[in-house]
Amino acid sequence: MGEENKVTLYGMWASPFVRRVKIALKIKGIPYEYVEEDLRNKSQFLLQYNPVHKKVPVLVHNGNPIAESLIILEYINETWKHGRKILPEDPFERAKVRFWADFLQQQFLDSLCSATKSREEAHEKAMKDVFKKLTVFEEGTEGFFPNGSPHFEGENLGFLDIVLCSLFGSHKVGEEALTMKIIDPERHPLVHSWVTAMNELPVVKETLPPRDKMVAFIQSLRGNSLD
Amino acid sequence: MAEEGVKLFGTWASPFSRRIEVALKLKGVEYEYIEENLTNKSPALLNYNPVHKQIPVLVHNGKPVAESFVIMEYIDETWKHNPILPADPYERAMARFWAKYIDEKFWPAAKKVLVTKGEEQKGVIDEIQQQMKNLEGELKEKKFFGGESFGFLDIAANIIIWLVVAQEALGMEILNEEKLPILHGWLQRLLNDAVFKECVPPKERHLDFFKVKFGSSIASK
Repeated sequence: MGEENKVTLYGMWASPFVRRVKIALKIKGIPYEYVEEDLRNKSQFLLQYNPVHKKVPVLVHNGNPIAESLIILEYINETWKHGRKILPEDPFERAKVRFWADFLQQQFLDSLCSATKSREEAHEKAMKDVFKKLTVFEEGTEGFFPNGSPHFEGENLGFLDIVLCSLFGSHKVGEEALTMKIIDPERHPLVHSWVTAMNELPVVKETLPPRDKMVAFIQSLRGNSLD
Repeated sequence: MAEEGVKLFGTWASPFSRRIEVALKLKGVEYEYIEENLTNKSPALLNYNPVHKQIPVLVHNGKPVAESFVIMEYIDETWKHNPILPADPYERAMARFWAKYIDEKFWPAAKKVLVTKGEEQKGVIDEIQQQMKNLEGELKEKKFFGGESFGFLDIAANIIIWLVVAQEALGMEILNEEKLPILHGWLQRLLNDAVFKECVPPKERHLDFFKVKFGSSIASK
């Protein structure tokens, strides 16, 4: 154990949180070993490395485990200082990025889960909540793109881009699985153009879970809770 | 035209705004404090934090920062002396991990214990005590979570002080020396620290606060 500089990522193929870490590692060009976890039968390693939450992702570096995707991203940014920075240098810009990443993290998961698992009124209510908060996000982050639409040269995704991409980047897959619009260019033009621009990037494409498998997975989550 | 200086919007009984006071005092940063009435929020607060309309908000040279951990990181990165976070990336990750744990697990449980009764309350107390045992595992033999002096995680753990005042006000037994000796020792050191002790609500007023707000919902023993 504890080979110098060895990086291992414990994850699950469908997890958006794991995807964030994969994107960050790829952007920084950090080689790593990936271990797929069966969340219904968690490995001894996972339970040992994340005894508090028993969740993925967990990054293990030099034998030291780090859990919680946003904390892992900050760790990656601070440990591998070469190459692209994931967070801006200026403290105020950093604070803005952390604030909105926290907003994405805190405000959507419950409603998105609820929308996936419910129908009719409950589903409507959950999606209304998602749309309302997307509008808040749109309005709040307009200032990040003073020159108009988001565009990304090379693979210069940052902290907030990665979080948005992991949450809403594969919205089309979710839309197919649930037969509804999630990111509508009329309702949320900025978010739509933002995720569309990111989806062109190789690093984003390479970390996409297989589409058909993902559609089936989302449908099974929905199916399991509606019986 | 640009506003100079540092302002903090907070409330006297909020652990979240008190965290920011600790950070600013530790760094020796001069600031103007604005006490908010949360039932009648000021236009300034609503302007500076339109998304959440919450305290604390730090305004530095006219630019607002909201969310207590985001503010603490901002303070640490802007005023670099007397660092709050450790230098080592792994230790920083651990401090952030346990701070998040406190806000996402401990804080909801601490609030719940005040509004539950009987068996349900007992279950919540067990949960909180287990959480505090987990925190003890992180503290171990150190003087503070930050080492020789207090740091990010000690500041984040200020909520434990609120729990201790609440338990005294309402006659509950959750954190005591026998059950949680390591955390109990830490707490005494924290409350004796010259900077930290200025950033907790005045004891009598705080006890009254809990008695008035939650007194009737606690079952008698």
